[in-house]
Amino acid sequence: MAEQGEGRGEETKFSVWDLPDVPMGQLPPHLELQRTRVFCNKDAPIHTESIQYSGAYSSIGVDNSVQLDNFCKNFRVEVIRLNEDDIEFDMIGIDAAIANSFRRILLAEVPTMAIEKVLFANNTSVVQDEVLAHRLGLVPISVDPRLFDYMSENDQPNEKNAIVFKLHVKCERGSPRITVKSDELKWLPNGSELVKESTANSDSSSKPETYTYFSSSQESVPEFVKNPIAPKYPDIILAKLGPGQEIELEAHAVKGIGKTHAKWSPVATAWYRMLPEVILLEDVEDELAEELKSKCPVNVFDIEDIGKGKKRATVARPRSCTLCRECIRGDDWEKRVALRRVKNHFIFTIESTGALPPEVLFTEAVKILEGKCERVITELS
Amino acid sequence: MGLKQEDILLNNNSNASEIPVDKQKLAAPIKSAVDKFQLVPEFLKVRGLVKQHLDSFNYFVNIGIKKIVRANDRIVADLDPSIYLRFKDVRIGDPSMTVDGIVEKINPHTCRLSDMTYSAPILVNIEYIHGSHGQKSRLEKNNLVIGRMPIMLRSCCCVLYGKDEAELARLGECPLDPGGYFVIKGTEKVILIQEQLSKNRIIIDADKKGNINASVTSSSEATKSKTIVQMEKEKIYLLLNQFAKKIPIMVVMKAMGMESDQEVVQMVGRDPRYSALLLPSIEECAGLSIYTREQALAYLDTKTTKSLYAGPSSVEEGKAFSILRDVFLANVPVHCNNFRPKCLYVAVMLRRMMEAILNKDAMDDKDYVGNKRLELSGQLISLLFEDLFKTTIAEVKKNINLILSKASRSSVLDPSSILLGKDIISMGLERTLSTGNFDIKRFRMHRKGMTQILARLSFIGTLGFMTKVSPQFEKSRKVSGPRALQPSQWGMLCPCDTPEGEACGLVKNLALMTHVTTDEDEGPLISLCYCLGVEDLELLSGEELHSSNSFLVMLNGLILGKHRRPQHFAIAMRKLRRAGKVGEFVSVFVNEKQRCVYIASDGGRVCRPLVIADKGISRIKEHHMKQLLDGVRTFNDFLSDGLLEYLDVNEENNALIALYEGEATPETTHIEIEPFTILGVIAGLIPYPHHNQSPRNTYQCAMGKQAMGNIAYNQLCRMDTLLYLLVYPQRPLLTTRTIELVGYDKLGAGQNATVAVISYSGYDIEDAIVMNKASLDRGFGRCIVMKKTANVIQKYRSASDRLLKPERTGPGSERMQKLDDDGIAAPGEIIRPNDVLLNKAVPIYTSGSSVSSESLRDSAYKSAKQVYKGPEGESCVVDRVALSTDRNGNPSIRFLIRHTRRPELGDKFSSRHGQKGVCGIIIQQEDFPFSERGICPDLIMNPHGFPSRMTVGKMIELLGGKAGVSCGRFHYGSAFGEPSGHADKVETISETLIKHGFCYNGKDIIYSGITGCPLQAYIFMGPIYYQKLKHMVLDKMHARGNGPRVMLTRQPTEGRARKGGLRVGEMERDCLIAYGASMLIFERLMISSDPFEVQVCRKCGLLGYYSQKLKTGICSSCKNGNNVSTMKLPYACKLLIQELQSMNIVPRLKLAEA
Repeated sequence: MAEQGEGRGEETKFSVWDLPDVPMGQLPPHLELQRTRVFCNKDAPIHTESIQYSGAYSSIGVDNSVQLDNFCKNFRVEVIRLNEDDIEFDMIGIDAAIANSFRRILLAEVPTMAIEKVLFANNTSVVQDEVLAHRLGLVPISVDPRLFDYMSENDQPNEKNAIVFKLHVKCERGSPRITVKSDELKWLPNGSELVKESTANSDSSSKPETYTYFSSSQESVPEFVKNPIAPKYPDIILAKLGPGQEIELEAHAVKGIGKTHAKWSPVATAWYRMLPEVILLEDVEDELAEELKSKCPVNVFDIEDIGKGKKRATVARPRSCTLCRECIRGDDWEKRVALRRVKNHFIFTIESTGALPPEVLFTEAVKILEGKCERVITELS
Repeated sequence: MGLKQEDILLNNNSNASEIPVDKQKLAAPIKSAVDKFQLVPEFLKVRGLVKQHLDSFNYFVNIGIKKIVRANDRIVADLDPSIYLRFKDVRIGDPSMTVDGIVEKINPHTCRLSDMTYSAPILVNIEYIHGSHGQKSRLEKNNLVIGRMPIMLRSCCCVLYGKDEAELARLGECPLDPGGYFVIKGTEKVILIQEQLSKNRIIIDADKKGNINASVTSSSEATKSKTIVQMEKEKIYLLLNQFAKKIPIMVVMKAMGMESDQEVVQMVGRDPRYSALLLPSIEECAGLSIYTREQALAYLDTKTTKSLYAGPSSVEEGKAFSILRDVFLANVPVHCNNFRPKCLYVAVMLRRMMEAILNKDAMDDKDYVGNKRLELSGQLISLLFEDLFKTTIAEVKKNINLILSKASRSSVLDPSSILLGKDIISMGLERTLSTGNFDIKRFRMHRKGMTQILARLSFIGTLGFMTKVSPQFEKSRKVSGPRALQPSQWGMLCPCDTPEGEACGLVKNLALMTHVTTDEDEGPLISLCYCLGVEDLELLSGEELHSSNSFLVMLNGLILGKHRRPQHFAIAMRKLRRAGKVGEFVSVFVNEKQRCVYIASDGGRVCRPLVIADKGISRIKEHHMKQLLDGVRTFNDFLSDGLLEYLDVNEENNALIALYEGEATPETTHIEIEPFTILGVIAGLIPYPHHNQSPRNTYQCAMGKQAMGNIAYNQLCRMDTLLYLLVYPQRPLLTTRTIELVGYDKLGAGQNATVAVISYSGYDIEDAIVMNKASLDRGFGRCIVMKKTANVIQKYRSASDRLLKPERTGPGSERMQKLDDDGIAAPGEIIRPNDVLLNKAVPIYTSGSSVSSESLRDSAYKSAKQVYKGPEGESCVVDRVALSTDRNGNPSIRFLIRHTRRPELGDKFSSRHGQKGVCGIIIQQEDFPFSERGICPDLIMNPHGFPSRMTVGKMIELLGGKAGVSCGRFHYGSAFGEPSGHADKVETISETLIKHGFCYNGKDIIYSGITGCPLQAYIFMGPIYYQKLKHMVLDKMHARGNGPRVMLTRQPTEGRARKGGLRVGEMERDCLIAYGASMLIFERLMISSDPFEVQVCRKCGLLGYYSQKLKTGICSSCKNGNNVSTMKLPYACKLLIQELQSMNIVPRLKLAEA
């Protein structure tokens, strides 16, 4: 690129043939940069799209097709941070489309259990039935959804596809107001306790028919012995009760996916960002260096001594750049600093709601994508 | 506190003694900007947003009603003057009702729930002559109830008066509710503020022909009249309703005893220009050969119209004389037939008129706010009460006379019982307030729509009703003058809040700090004026009236006299006012041009508080504000200490008001408290309104009233016919001071949505917005609609309606699933359209005489189930069932049906900047763009909404909101608030954004949710407060295939409510004709509408009929079926033919082969 630029600049007569050959099998640096980096300019980011077409650079003799072994060689995942609910990891050497599909699957297609049906026996609180039901639906439940089946339309609720909770709170007359929190949701491992009215008095000998058809208690499932099913957080406010008010209900949780309703989404959110790359195009020294350092609100830059009392700015923590573009604000700064994003390096963050740990969620998402791919392959063959 | 102050003083002294300082510099007053904002909440605490209504009603209840009764306190029998009834005292009792003779106290909320009127008894003490069999004895009765007065909520008679929050809650009342309205038959009614031209003032203007008029609308306790003095063809005439024709003004002067023309000329002024203008009128009078008072009166007598109000006195005095005394310029009092004040008043009128002729600038501006008076509920009710009271008295008098006129009467004459027998007052008040039609014949007042139902759509809409000022003109008039924004509206009326369309500019709203005065006693003011050196009018000759070295002094339109040093006089008056010696609302206005000092103490003037400044230095200092914050000082202390004062529009002309303390110059007399108070309550919700294009603020003012949210704290205890509530309302992230002052932060009407300004999906054109499905799943924009349906169990003479136990099995039972055993739908049940709410049966025969066993049998009843009709396919819930009695004592059952809705395609949303839009598409969260922090917007707005609307305020709201959420502090955006710190500056907001790692301009890098790549632009994204408006698709969508038809024409019905068809109208038909789609027209206008087969006789052309027996068509006029053809017609056409026939017109059809 530099050579070409000089050639044009001098405006001396020369033959096209005198120009050096474009190295075959290798992209010129400016194109390579455009291919692998997003340029975050002052006005707008450019070269944001990833170049997918295998023959995009065929004229220069560069093969842009995806090579599986290359991918296998270069693909890396590095976990940066992992705790009970969040994970931050780097996914390196992958296309945006695939990273995005993981994100989309995490948001919409990884199943969880959420309260879908609420049977009200009594609700004298100020919160309306449907509003309370909506609130209950959004309460994350700490249970592995893989242990359950989906309940289809004509399925009857049983121990394999439904979890039943009971909530019965009463604020006694004369006592102060109480706040109903999610820890009041009590798991009923044996299924519904509410008796269906129509059958209640018809047959007294057999067991009264309830709203679920459990053949065995969920308590016997080994996974639930150690940690019984309960809402993930005990302190989610559901309603407030004044003296004399009462809520009695049964909530049935079923398996579902975030596409149908956000309550089944296993993540609070899942997203990625491309790895920031901050390049100093020229040496930034002394006052300018100080200025640059103070400009950045997230401390991307550091100052090093280069002797003789001179100081030079360095890029110390490019990863923490939030792209506030303060460093390229103002005259000439765009010439000194370049903000870029690495196109195939994704900093992926998953914030789990609590049903599954975040790392499991990601593997689940991968499995779902796998399944989808297999489906495509089987459909094609 | 006192100690502390002393300490400070001591310290100051010691400091001063230690350090030698420049004495002059110390003596100079300190200029420092004091934050006077805290005065606004204090003002609102004292005067409140609806204080004008309350003050006016309180004035009526405490003083007005007593005045009215005192003015008409005697009922004297015509036949026997010794028989009389005298009202000694009147007062309003506690709100209560009487059920079966038991007095029960009531509170407003029970009245709302049980359709009652919230009223209190009017109690009187009377003294009367009790006469029986020739014996007369004087009796006294105390606390007689002569009627019931509807009580304004929160007025001094109301049970809510002075109650704190907990007590209000106990009474079922919302503490944020402003009051100021009435509860009539269960509905809340507001008497709108009426704008009128001021009474008793000379107003000079030109009529359509260009004639100059001087008009006075007089209004005294006794009479109301309008006097016009007009200059026509250089001659001056008087126009008065009581005179049939125009009367030359000189004749009137002579009739009032000014026989000398010279005196008239002197009174008007000796300037030859004035005498020249007067000359033609003098000549005309001479031409009529009227020289003496008697001649003039005789002339006037011939011109009078037959008056309805001819009292007995007019016979002996002459009609004209009494008209001149009582009707002509009724506001000028005549004592002992001394007409001189009236003559002087006419002279002043003439002079002002002539000034206007000589100099057009002297004309009065009718739209000038200083010439307007606002009539409030108290005044209107007092008019109504006066009329009803007089009617009652007249009725009582008539009855007494009737009894006395009977030759032989055995019954005891008891005037008090006659008085009690009438219920004119209660009925009249209740009827007028519930219909809003003020028909007061006595004052020639016929106005409609004076009261309106208090719309409880949103809290802010309710407040808006209380500040609304309805115009004097009809809305249809196409004039621009009264609609334009008047400079004198500054600070008094909101410049933004006016409706669009026909009432634009006519309906106004009060600004935040406006106060409307009530009447004040003139007596002390008059004597005070004389003490301050006003020369009495009686002592002046006509010549002296307009002498060049003096100003006239007018009090409420009445000439008091003149003063030689008007400025001194005005300053003295103002000093007295600031010292609290005269009322705080008395205005003193020196009009240099008219050489007059106007003192006003009448009611209905708009005024506002301002800080007094001496030579540009504010009187309010830092320590005053500190005392205010410490609670040692109240707003009234500021008034009584002479730091603040109220100025009305006229007096503002004598003041030089600085916006900020820093801008004050030595000429400045006053300083504004806070600039944002020029806006009203509703415009005060807009953040950064001063950055928006003006009409956008006006649009928002209209839309803010339609936004859903919380209505009041007691919203779930109310039974409104229609109630819209938001499930999760929020307070705006970007607030204003007004929002906090009115309590919008406690009863919000919207939600803070994260908005990305991008074009997305193409379903966002024309202001449509794209919504995130996950946000909707999580409760964004969710609302509750509650509708009330009522049903009455009617009682008839023989039987009554009854409720039946529902059938649990058999046909029709599935529709009765929701009923309890009592036949009433149970609260909490999910209900679908066509479910039965009430299993009622009504008797077939209702006219029978008494209850018999026959009428109790089941066969005597027919079913009249109340069926729920709601949107098809939606499930609603019976929220509450209320059992009460209606006004006639019949049990009534009311259902409140609740429907929770999540936003759907086509629901209307709006930001606070007049930017409304419908939801265009709902998109899954994974398809939504997201930021590097994982933030996904709740809705997407198209950037094309910005350039033409120029709502920069919305952009700043986004920035401020974004800074607010990142730093955890509510940001402010009060109007014009940047200099005083009540609005965050964009620079500081940007700094906050940078500090938290955002770009200073609010634009972030965004990744596409579909491709996963970054978008090729930085996206402006952040939280904006969005309102959900009441217009929802569910209530509006409508389509039909087959459906009901109108009986008469057999055409499809009209309107959504009747499942009507969609009409192919004239214009659509024209298009089809032009296109040549004749078969389509045929299909639309006949086949799909009202096809009908008729038998037409080819011979006579009349319609026949089809005989089922003979299986042929028969012509009834030809009596055979030989020439009958069958054809198709629209049924409407057949109907027309038959209707014409019934009018003896014979339309004949001529058939031809097709």
